[in-house]
Amino acid sequence: MAKQHSIEVLVGAFMAAGFVALFFLAMKVSNLSANVADDGYRLTARFTNAGSIKARAPVSMAGVRVGRVEDVRLDKKTYQAVVTMRIDPTVDDIPEDTFANIFTAGLLGEQYIGLQPGGSQDYLRDGDEITQTQSALILEQMIGQFLFKKAEEGGK
Amino acid sequence: MANKARALVDGLLDPLARLGHGGLKALAGLGRAHLLLLGILAGSWDMLRRPRLLLAQVFNVGVLSVLIVGVSGFFVGMVLGLQGYYVLSQFGAKESLGVMVAASLVRELGPVVTALLVAGRAGSALTAEIGLMKATEQLSGLEMMAVDPVRRILTPRFFGGLISMPLLAALFSAVGVLGGYFVGVGLLGVDDGAFFGQMQAKIDFREDVVNGVIKSLVFGVVATWIALFQGHDATATSEGVSRATTRAVVHSALAVLAIDFVLTALMFGK
Repeated sequence: MAKQHSIEVLVGAFMAAGFVALFFLAMKVSNLSANVADDGYRLTARFTNAGSIKARAPVSMAGVRVGRVEDVRLDKKTYQAVVTMRIDPTVDDIPEDTFANIFTAGLLGEQYIGLQPGGSQDYLRDGDEITQTQSALILEQMIGQFLFKKAEEGGK
Repeated sequence: MANKARALVDGLLDPLARLGHGGLKALAGLGRAHLLLLGILAGSWDMLRRPRLLLAQVFNVGVLSVLIVGVSGFFVGMVLGLQGYYVLSQFGAKESLGVMVAASLVRELGPVVTALLVAGRAGSALTAEIGLMKATEQLSGLEMMAVDPVRRILTPRFFGGLISMPLLAALFSAVGVLGGYFVGVGLLGVDDGAFFGQMQAKIDFREDVVNGVIKSLVFGVVATWIALFQGHDATATSEGVSRATTRAVVHSALAVLAIDFVLTALMFGK
């Protein structure tokens, strides 16, 4: 009986350790604890070029993550990228004249959407569109422009 | 003359016949393995009424493997930390060390190495145990007493392996991340916050952790099934049991690695 009991205790400890490890992986290693609740509200923004923004890319304001990109698709009429974002429900006072930029974290890092709040007293609501946007900076384009400009200068 | 021609034709057909014989034998083995799996699964209801049997097997496969899995995980994590640091520091990206260590552990090394370790430590023991039970006619003895040996002996072992494998893999990955943390942050001076911060930003729960658990569940089924089948199918001699044990380890290792490729292609190969 005593042996059976000690086996039970050990198996219990083993299973508990396994679940603790899973919990550790979920909370500490993966982004589960940092997930935005799915009940946030949606905003859209149009960009002439969305760069490499993909679903789940972070949306941040003043460097703090306030939401995630939910969907990126092409508007067939205007040939613009329509980016749908889910914003955390606690951040419910984003001014109407907020500016949406596509930034890159570091030189080679992933791209994210940065929101720069405006001064309006009217706030964006579910389904609204951010009208003022700036597209992603494409490194190749910039280098091309730079070379072009240099060549122009050299010609003078 | 006719005899000679016949001998020639036979000589030509002989390799073909051998190939066919081998193929038929392999197919028959596969069939027996699936019938055994059906028998094992059919016994799962009986097993639920006797949780003690399952408990003992979780102890055998799971608890007794904790030490080897934990120690291996720690060392694998530490090696990943060292190697990853070397490569990443050349690109000025050593802050991503946490991502690299955690992604490789959770997606690949955790499930796969755990499955290989369990196949070696617990799978071989299962095969030897069942093979010896067969060789010493204990299984026949059970049948004489109208106890189905598959339900009584094999089913609890199967589910013991199935339950233990994901838990052991999670343990491996978690201990491995701590090992990588120990080397990366403790010895090599990677920033503490960046190590975990980047890791949390890049490792997705559904995509990475859950897929890793699914992998280890599949490996648990495969490794235990192969071990049980080889034991149950062993020739009832001491030599047969030793061969079956070798086969169990080799086949499980190959099956785990091959299935891992397929699963990885399905899960991550977009």
